[in-house]
Amino acid sequence: MNEQPMIQLIDVKKKFGAQAVLKGINLSIYEGKTTVIVGESGQGKSLIIKHILGLVKPDSGKVLVHGRDIYKISKRQLQEIRANFGVLFQNVALFDSMTVFDNIALPLRERTKLSEEEIRTTVKDILKLMDLEGSDEKYPAQLSGGMKKRVGLARALVLNPKIIFFDEPTTGLDIAKSNEIYRVFFRTQAKLGYTSVMVSHDVPKIFKLADYVALLYDGIIQDCLPPEDFQTSENPVIREFVEKTMGRIYESEEVEG
Amino acid sequence: MPLLRFLDIIGDASLYYINQAGRMGIFLVLVIYNVVKLPYYKITYITKQIYIIGTLSIFVIIFTGAFTGMVLGLQGYNTLSKFGSEGLLGSAVALSLIRELGPVLSALMITGRAGSAICAEIGVMRISEQIDALECMAIDPHKYIVAPKFIASIISVPLLTAIFDVVGIAGGYIIGVKLLGANEGAFFSSMYRDVEFIDVYMGFVKSVCFGLLIVWICSAKGFFVHLERTGGFGAEGVSRVTTSAVVLSSVLILVFDYFITSLLI
Repeated sequence: MNEQPMIQLIDVKKKFGAQAVLKGINLSIYEGKTTVIVGESGQGKSLIIKHILGLVKPDSGKVLVHGRDIYKISKRQLQEIRANFGVLFQNVALFDSMTVFDNIALPLRERTKLSEEEIRTTVKDILKLMDLEGSDEKYPAQLSGGMKKRVGLARALVLNPKIIFFDEPTTGLDIAKSNEIYRVFFRTQAKLGYTSVMVSHDVPKIFKLADYVALLYDGIIQDCLPPEDFQTSENPVIREFVEKTMGRIYESEEVEG
Repeated sequence: MPLLRFLDIIGDASLYYINQAGRMGIFLVLVIYNVVKLPYYKITYITKQIYIIGTLSIFVIIFTGAFTGMVLGLQGYNTLSKFGSEGLLGSAVALSLIRELGPVLSALMITGRAGSAICAEIGVMRISEQIDALECMAIDPHKYIVAPKFIASIISVPLLTAIFDVVGIAGGYIIGVKLLGANEGAFFSSMYRDVEFIDVYMGFVKSVCFGLLIVWICSAKGFFVHLERTGGFGAEGVSRVTTSAVVLSSVLILVFDYFITSLLI
């Protein structure tokens, strides 16, 4: 990989009280690629995303976005960087006192100079893309889990961001709804060409989407590899993870050997 | 070592409260900065907040104002009649309300009704990551959520105080003049003679300061619910921080009342 990473975490450490959660994260995210962070629950995968978003300050280390350390720049510069971000939070974080339409329209109203008519057209278009036509006047509490995720995704995509963060986009959804989210993801990434960083438990399905898979274990990124290389990695921690989540896929080879 | 543990607790608490004071101070500066540069098209956000903080508080203000004025009329008439000074009832009721009771009691009522709602709303937004979502969308939550509430509070609280004063004076008039038989002409002439511009000015300054204080404390407490020492998690965290915001605002209203009075008297 000769190209310059879009996002780079260099030796990022974070403690909560006496508990060291991140013990030196080194990770590079490349433009136009999908990087999936996997690992067991409670390892700090979402925390890595929060560090990149500028929501949690690391105890030490650097978080570079386009080569700029986001914890050493002004609030205004951070806002400029965040203007390229779209985020789908784990719990979606929709504004619960606003309708679906207003949730999606908010970034357009606050960050662009579009007229209300143009905003209406844009929101209607994205609702159509997400198969959410007719839900625009509903409140988040009136939506199913899958619909909430799609509204969250619509809100994240509405300003055509360059980088999208997905924090466990399919957690809590059944297989059909998960597939639906992945289909929307495929469709939108093909159309918009964004870079994406995803935290997921959905192994091995997520390998089909990923360009790179990074395993977080014991506060360290064990390795970040293309899915095929990840599955055949000699790293014992990755090997154990692959076996645990996918079964011993090389059993026959071992038997033959 | 019990002494070391004691010192550790004292040090820990001191650091926490200094940190909190600093955090709230920076929050105030950021909000004032955003209030100053809030674009004109945000007027709809401000009018919505004026409706929530101001319009929806009118009933409780009228109700408490009327009964405060009525009790002032009752107590004032009985006390002044001992000295044969019933004629001063109008000025006694008006001065008590305009200088002191109007601003303080309205502020306390608004804290209970609107301040608690502000704190709970922002607190829920914080724990459900809605504020994080705003930040990630490059929308400044100080500007989007808090600044309109600040402007609305500074506009609404003096107006509600004025309503409280007028209704209170009417309540004092009904009890003192209509029920107890004080002289109507003396009631109004003493009020006209004794109430000066400085009294109204003092009441106005107090109500503006209290409006700022309520919205500052309540929004900052909700905004930083996740950093609360007692554990700012979930519904219980929000409920705890809302209680503490109401208590702190109420105490500070009374403390600042003394200082503003001593400065302006």
